[in-house]
Amino acid sequence: MATVAASPTYTTAGARRTGIMDWLTTVDHKKIGTLYLHTALFFFVVGGVEAIIMRWQLMRPNSTAVSAEVFNQLFTMHGTTMVFLVIMPLSAAFFNFLIPLQIGARDVAFPRLNAFSYWVYLFGGLFITIPILFNAAPDGGWFAYTPLTGKAYSPGQNMNFWVLGIQILGISSLAAAFNFATTIINMRAPGMNLMRMPMFTWMSFVVQWLIILAFPVITIALFFMQFDRFFGTNFYVSAAGADPLLWQHLFWIFGHPEVYILILPAFGLVSEVLPTYSRKPLFGYPVVAYSGILIGFLGFGVWAHHMFSVGMGPIADTVFGVTTMLIAIPTGVKIFNWIFTMWGGAIRFTTAMKFAIALIAMFTIGGISGISHASPPSDLQQTDTYYIVAHFHYVLYGGAIMGIFAGIYHYFPKWYGRKMDERLGSIHFWLNFIAFNLTFFPMHYAGMLGMPRRIYTYDAGQGWETFNFLSSWGAFLMAPAFLIFIWNFFRSKTRGEVAGDNPWDAATLEWSIPSPPPEYNFAQIPMVTSRYPLWDLTHPERMKDIPHSMDGWDEAKLRTGEHVTATGVHEPDVAPMHIESERKSAKELGIPMPNPTIKPLWVAAGILVLFSSLPVMYAGKTLAAFAMMAVGAVMFVGFLYAWLTTPMEDAH
Amino acid sequence: MAHAETQTASHHFTTTGLDNRKVAIWMFIGSECMLFASLISTYLIYKGKSVVGPFPHEAWTNPATGQAFPPILDIPVTSVSTFVLLMSSLAMVLALAAVENRGKPVPPGLSGKILSSSKLWLFMTCLMGATFLGFQAYEFTSFVHEGLTIRTNLFGSSFFTLTGFHGAHVTAGVIWLGTLLAIDMKRGLQPKDAVWVDIAALYWHFVDVVWIAIFTLVYLIQ
Ligand SMILES: [Cu+2]
Repeated sequence: MATVAASPTYTTAGARRTGIMDWLTTVDHKKIGTLYLHTALFFFVVGGVEAIIMRWQLMRPNSTAVSAEVFNQLFTMHGTTMVFLVIMPLSAAFFNFLIPLQIGARDVAFPRLNAFSYWVYLFGGLFITIPILFNAAPDGGWFAYTPLTGKAYSPGQNMNFWVLGIQILGISSLAAAFNFATTIINMRAPGMNLMRMPMFTWMSFVVQWLIILAFPVITIALFFMQFDRFFGTNFYVSAAGADPLLWQHLFWIFGHPEVYILILPAFGLVSEVLPTYSRKPLFGYPVVAYSGILIGFLGFGVWAHHMFSVGMGPIADTVFGVTTMLIAIPTGVKIFNWIFTMWGGAIRFTTAMKFAIALIAMFTIGGISGISHASPPSDLQQTDTYYIVAHFHYVLYGGAIMGIFAGIYHYFPKWYGRKMDERLGSIHFWLNFIAFNLTFFPMHYAGMLGMPRRIYTYDAGQGWETFNFLSSWGAFLMAPAFLIFIWNFFRSKTRGEVAGDNPWDAATLEWSIPSPPPEYNFAQIPMVTSRYPLWDLTHPERMKDIPHSMDGWDEAKLRTGEHVTATGVHEPDVAPMHIESERKSAKELGIPMPNPTIKPLWVAAGILVLFSSLPVMYAGKTLAAFAMMAVGAVMFVGFLYAWLTTPMEDAH
Repeated sequence: MAHAETQTASHHFTTTGLDNRKVAIWMFIGSECMLFASLISTYLIYKGKSVVGPFPHEAWTNPATGQAFPPILDIPVTSVSTFVLLMSSLAMVLALAAVENRGKPVPPGLSGKILSSSKLWLFMTCLMGATFLGFQAYEFTSFVHEGLTIRTNLFGSSFFTLTGFHGAHVTAGVIWLGTLLAIDMKRGLQPKDAVWVDIAALYWHFVDVVWIAIFTLVYLIQ
């Protein structure tokens, strides 16, 4: 590879843009992560307001604050928003920001595809959300069971927005999953073998596979629904002999892996947070990694536990009951790993740590209620009641959201170079923790007393009043908790305490570079010898039991070259594990960076126009619909062609 | 691996030594497997569940009108198009080999010349893919004439959707390979471009293999 030494001449043809254009054209994984983070927080507010209106309606019996139709739209959009527009994109924000930093890469494998994923997500999110302003939002539940959502029973445009919106969001998730999985497989720093990857990257890796394998199934289920609604096919039409359970099976073959897509990134985040603030390596690292893989595998074999009440027969019920109980084992193993990580550690109770511990406790409650409906006879008492609502909020809010909050407090200093205020953080934590339990714990009781899900009102005298009243007040209290968080978040960006490069004394690669990281991340790619490379330098005493080796170094040295700095100095591209605190530009260092480009945004816009043509067609405006299709197709093909024929970087 | 090696510039170091695009296309194919698995399963689940004809393998008489419908699927015709699609994979292999070997001495004689022409083999692949699509268009229109549309019954819905999805994949492949052919005509594909041809070939072979599954499960097994 002598040719590599040839001096690269780095040009500035694609000059960096500023202001809004900077954000519209960025291909930097950190900036795209920032876009995901802020967009998802915006949708968090949308989904939260929907929830608060519902709790206002349900606070007292026979309330008339909203109509049944509006209530249907609210619970459908609350679920859809929180799953597809909040938790998944918040996870994606961390995939973007963290994965390249944690594995010692300069960017993701396909930076422009990464920008494309974000824009498709934004457009899909707006596509599915805006109809609620016109009282036309999807109203068939986030699971959209057929035949209710077929044209015969849902003739309006409402479900069109859902089926097409989820289709658009699926494109975003799949494109991102190919990108991140390739990044993790192919762009790790020398010595960063699989069993040295930070646990967040590990859990993210499992999640990308779940997306790659589960999303095509919902894609097909959605195409069937789309064809039924738009082209008159019979996939879900019982009168034509269709199986009324086909949708449910396809949906949950996707839907159960989806719950692991939602929770595993949060598991990864707390697996970074707990060792840092316990000042101990993660207990049983390989077991945590393997149990994550096992959860991923088993997650594809439990879907029908969502369908015990449809009458699948004793054999299917037994099989899915058993597999569901089995999957509790690797999940429980993780809980013990985290507890043993804290055991005997010198714990610092920062806000991030509090949220991480809250995840362990709250997820355990949700896990136990989950096991209670892994048993079909028990599930028949609980299914479609508020007990289920309590369960999945304990795992998704108590689990995923608590973990993501832990991640935000923990990584904010790396992201912005400043810390979030710990006092406000503590107030946010406690208020949120109390409000969360006040909202969802009483739902167990309301559900056990038989209160069904999805009802828009109820009669007095069934013993549900107190529990609903408490739940509603809990929900109202969440609003100030969230506002404190938002205030703290935005204020700390400019006025928080300056953090330094490694404020929490953490152990992984992202903390070995400046905060916020320079655009190229690493001036020299670190060559690592263990799974806590930074503690090798700062806390060797914590590393006694951690295996070390120089596996992968020799081959990497052979295959990597050097870059030539602005002053003509030849710098090797890799260097043994080191701390970088100097902040230079990529140009000074001679590191080629991908050029910003707006083309991914336009390709995504083409997809939006294409999908938007179908509701127009549904409204009977065929000519306008075909015109939109033509415009969308031209945009899509034209900008895609321009994108693929433009080199990512300037010639060098 | 040889061509992957030459791809790696200093900042394009990869852990596996494989090009990123190649790793990604394998995952894309994994995802596509689940896509077609869902489609094929639905077709098989709905086999024999249609309440009205026409049916794939049995004749049917409409009890209301007395109109008779022959079995829909025409196995001999589809066998021909299946053979054409299979042969296109062979042409694809030769096209990739021709691009990878560009710059090396061409074996003497006419056969050497033919084998080293990536333009010829890309063109043949496209042509055979387009032929397959022509057969499919003929098949679809004749089915519609015989009284089977995507709305007629569960067989029509699941058959046209499954084979239509496959046809859309073939169409995308023909466009992709056609673009590569256009680039080859314009400036000539070099070994450094081989990864593009390589991933297009992997996609093409995958689409072929899926068709073997569809042909067996939908057409041959009665
Ligand atoms: Cu489940």
